[in-house]
Amino acid sequence: MNTLFNYAAWFASLCFVLAMIFALIRMFRGPAAQDRVLALDTLYINGMLTLLMLGIRSSSIVYFDMALLIALFGFAGTIALAKFLLRGEVIEP
Amino acid sequence: MTMNALPLWATLPAGMLLIAGGLLTLIGSIGLLRFPTFFQRIHAVSMGSTLGTGCVLIASMLVSSALLQRPVVHQILITMFIVMTAPVTAMLLMRAAVYRSRVRMDDEHDAAAEQKVES
Repeated sequence: MNTLFNYAAWFASLCFVLAMIFALIRMFRGPAAQDRVLALDTLYINGMLTLLMLGIRSSSIVYFDMALLIALFGFAGTIALAKFLLRGEVIEP
Repeated sequence: MTMNALPLWATLPAGMLLIAGGLLTLIGSIGLLRFPTFFQRIHAVSMGSTLGTGCVLIASMLVSSALLQRPVVHQILITMFIVMTAPVTAMLLMRAAVYRSRVRMDDEHDAAAEQKVES
């Protein structure tokens, strides 16, 4: 039964890495700026999920803090980029 | 603390949740790559990644609780954070896209009107 769980964990990691590759292709190919920002958003969420899979497989506690930090900074970056696309500046006077 | 200590009641739902989360996220990213317009892309991605993150974090909570023999709930922090922030980013990006497409359409309209006046 543990081999089954290992296969499931490997499958999920493979799915997340494939999703990261697709998001990277969209980030390089994207026709408009908002497509690239959306691809960056997908990329950091999938990177966070890959870290979480590492944490599940190695049963370590350090990876969750790293995943929380990636979620926090990725959110701040995406909000800043979207605000820049919307207004032309990030912090308005 | 090895994987051999994992009991059956945690292994089966955690494995199924991991497979479901991986498939959902992969489908969302395939939609990001394949759909033709921006609004279809953001629709596929935001739903897929939010559901996939929820599935993986619940599986992670199950596995750590079963390994440590006590309830471990600190993954719920990431879940709450993603659930709160994903709609905010999606809405800001959609507003930016609507604004930019409207500005571009206005510019084209003005250019066409100017050409008509000149000719």
